[in-house]
Amino acid sequence: MTGIERIAEAFESARASGRRAALMPYLMGGYPDLETSRRIGIEYALGGADLVELGVPFSDPLADGPVIHAAGTAALRAGVRLPDVLSEVVRPVAEHVPVVVMCYANPIVARGVERFADALVEHGASGLIVPDLPLEEAPAALRACDERGLALVPLVAPTTPDARLARIGAQARGFIYTVSLTGTTGERTGALQDGLAGVLSRAAACTTVPVAVGFGISTPEQAAAAAAAGADGVIVGSRLVRAAGEGAPGEDPVPAVGALVRALASGLAGTPVG
Amino acid sequence: MSTVEHRFGPYGGQYVPETLMPALDELEAAWSSAREDPEFQAELGRLLRDYVGRPSPLYEASRLSEHAGHPIYLKREDLNHTGAHKINNAIGQALVAKRMGKRRIIAETGAGQHGVATATACALLELECVVYMGTEDMRRQKPNVERMGLLGAWVEPVEAGARTLKEAVSAAIRDWVTNVDTTHYIIGSCVGPAPYPAMVRDLQRVIGDEARAQVLEQAGRLPDRVIACVGGGSNSIGVFKPFVDDPEVRLIGVEAAGEGIDTGRHGAPLTVAGLPGVLHGAYSAIMQDEVGQILEAHSISAGLDYPGTGPEHAWLRDSGRARYVAITDREALEAFATTARLEGIIPALESAHAIAWAIANGPSELDLICLSGRGDKDLAEALDHLGRLSGLGSGPEAR
Repeated sequence: MTGIERIAEAFESARASGRRAALMPYLMGGYPDLETSRRIGIEYALGGADLVELGVPFSDPLADGPVIHAAGTAALRAGVRLPDVLSEVVRPVAEHVPVVVMCYANPIVARGVERFADALVEHGASGLIVPDLPLEEAPAALRACDERGLALVPLVAPTTPDARLARIGAQARGFIYTVSLTGTTGERTGALQDGLAGVLSRAAACTTVPVAVGFGISTPEQAAAAAAAGADGVIVGSRLVRAAGEGAPGEDPVPAVGALVRALASGLAGTPVG
Repeated sequence: MSTVEHRFGPYGGQYVPETLMPALDELEAAWSSAREDPEFQAELGRLLRDYVGRPSPLYEASRLSEHAGHPIYLKREDLNHTGAHKINNAIGQALVAKRMGKRRIIAETGAGQHGVATATACALLELECVVYMGTEDMRRQKPNVERMGLLGAWVEPVEAGARTLKEAVSAAIRDWVTNVDTTHYIIGSCVGPAPYPAMVRDLQRVIGDEARAQVLEQAGRLPDRVIACVGGGSNSIGVFKPFVDDPEVRLIGVEAAGEGIDTGRHGAPLTVAGLPGVLHGAYSAIMQDEVGQILEAHSISAGLDYPGTGPEHAWLRDSGRARYVAITDREALEAFATTARLEGIIPALESAHAIAWAIANGPSELDLICLSGRGDKDLAEALDHLGRLSGLGSGPEAR
C-alpha cells in the first residue's frame, strides 16, 4: 500500500467508525528526547489518533509559534538529526498509524529532494508537509513524492484566494492542510475564527482529498467545533508539545500527553455528520 | 509593465508560508505600478533630494589613496539623512506601503541603521512602526535603539538563537504572517522572497547611478574596481548594478571573515561557497551544516552578522561577473581607525570591511568604494576592541 492510499484509508476508517473528523496529533521528533518522542507517538496511536504529524527539528521554523520553535531548538541542541528522527521515531510510530512528516524546505534541499523522499519511504512515512514550499516552488518535490506514492500535502490559508485555491486543490495529495487563522502555530483561547467554515468549504469545493485543519486548535471543544465547521481532520500541535515538555524532572510526560489525546478523541466521537 | 525578477539564475524564489503568498503578489503588483508611475517617482525623487540629501557626494580620498598606493574614491552614503544607505530603500518601501493602504510597518534590524531609517520614514509618512532587533544587537548598537524610540517606533527585542539579525528577520516574518492584512514588512536588504530582492535593488541602485555619473565627471573614466561590503548585500547590489554592463569594471563584494574563515565564526557564505540553500524565503548562498540546519554567523559588525545573502549576489558570483572576498574583524577595525585618522571620516564597521580590502589588495587604477554608512553607532564597540589591539586606537603613538 502506498502512503497516499494509507492516508486515504485512515480518513475513511475514521469516518466509518463514527468519528466526526480524523484526529491528527503533532509531535516534534526528538522532543523532549528521542525515546520519549517515540513513546508519545505510539501513545497518540493508542489514544485514538488516526494519523500522526511528525515534525523534523529545524533551526529557523518561520511558520511556528514559540512552543514548537522552542521544542525544535531543544531537540537540535540535544543533537537530534533527521536520520535519528526517521529511524527512532517515524519507523516505530508508522507501524501503528500513518505518519506525515512536517519538514521545512532547507533540510530537504540540503539532502536532495529525491534522496529525502527515498528516506521517508524507506522508514515507512506516508506523506510530507513543507510549510515554506508554496505551489510555485513545489513541482520538484511533488514529482519526487508522486513517483514514490508519498502524499505531498499542501497548505491553504484564510488569505488564499479562490483561483489559487483551485490550483492548490488540483495537485493536493493525501489531504489539504487548512490553516485556521492568519498566524503561526500555537494555542488560542476561545472560539475558532469566524471565517473557518467558509475556508473549509472553499477548500473542499476545489479538491477530491479530505480537508484537515490545524493551527490554534488545542481543546476538545475547539476540535469538535472544527469538525462541526466541516473539517475532515483536526490537527493539534502546540498544546501536546507543551505537555510533552512540562513534566517535572524525572517525571514521565507520556501519561499526561496520552490523557490529552484521549480527551481530544472523545471530543471528536459521536454521530457522524451528514 | 515589465515584470519583477523572481529568479537570478537558479537563485531566489518564494519559499514562504502560504499565508504570505497573496501579500507577495499584492506587493509585486504595487511595486510594478509604482515604479512606472511618474507621480510616485516624482515624490520619491523629491524626498531623496530634499529630505535624504541626495545626490550623496563622490569624494576623492587623497590621503587614503596615498596610504593604499592607488586612487580611492568614496561614495558618501554616510552623509545621507540617518547616516547610511538604508534610507533609500526604507522611504521607497514606505511610499509603496501607503499606496497599498497599509498603515502598520514592521522591519528587522541588525546594526540598527535599517531600523532607524524605517522609523524615520514612518515618522515622516505617518505610519505605525515596529522594529525587531536581537538583544545582542541592542546591546552593541544602543544609540540606534534610543534613536528609534525617539522617532516613535517600538523596538521589539528578540531573544531567540544568537539574538542577532537572523532571528530578527525570522521574528519579523512571523509578525507578518500574523498581521498580513494590515501590515507591510519593509525588509532591509536584497534578501527574502520575490519581489523583495529586485525591489530593494531597484531602490538602492540610485547609489550606483549617481556614482557612475560622478566618477565619469570627476575622473574622466570608469573605475577599475567597484568595492562594497556585503551582508544581505543591498548597498553592494545598488552600487554594482549600473556597472554590470561595463565589462572593464571589476565588481568586488567584501564579506565578514569574522574571527577567520577557518574558525567557522564568520559571515561569508559567498566567499566560502558551500552548498546553497533556503533561508528567509529565498534560495541563495547560505551558511548551513551538512544536514541543512542554518548556522549562526559571526561578525564584529552587526550589519554583516547574517548567514544568508541576496540571491542576485549568488548569481553574480556563479556567473563570474562579481568576485566575493572576506575581511576579518581585526582588519576591519584597523581600516576603521585608519580612515578616521587619514580622512577625518569615521566609517561604519560594515563599510570598513570594503576599505580594508581595497587598501590591502592593489594594484588598481581607480577604486570606487561604497562608504555605506557612518560609524558613530559603532564607537563604543570599536573603541572597546581597538583598546585591546596594540598600537591602534587612542594614544599619541598610534598612527
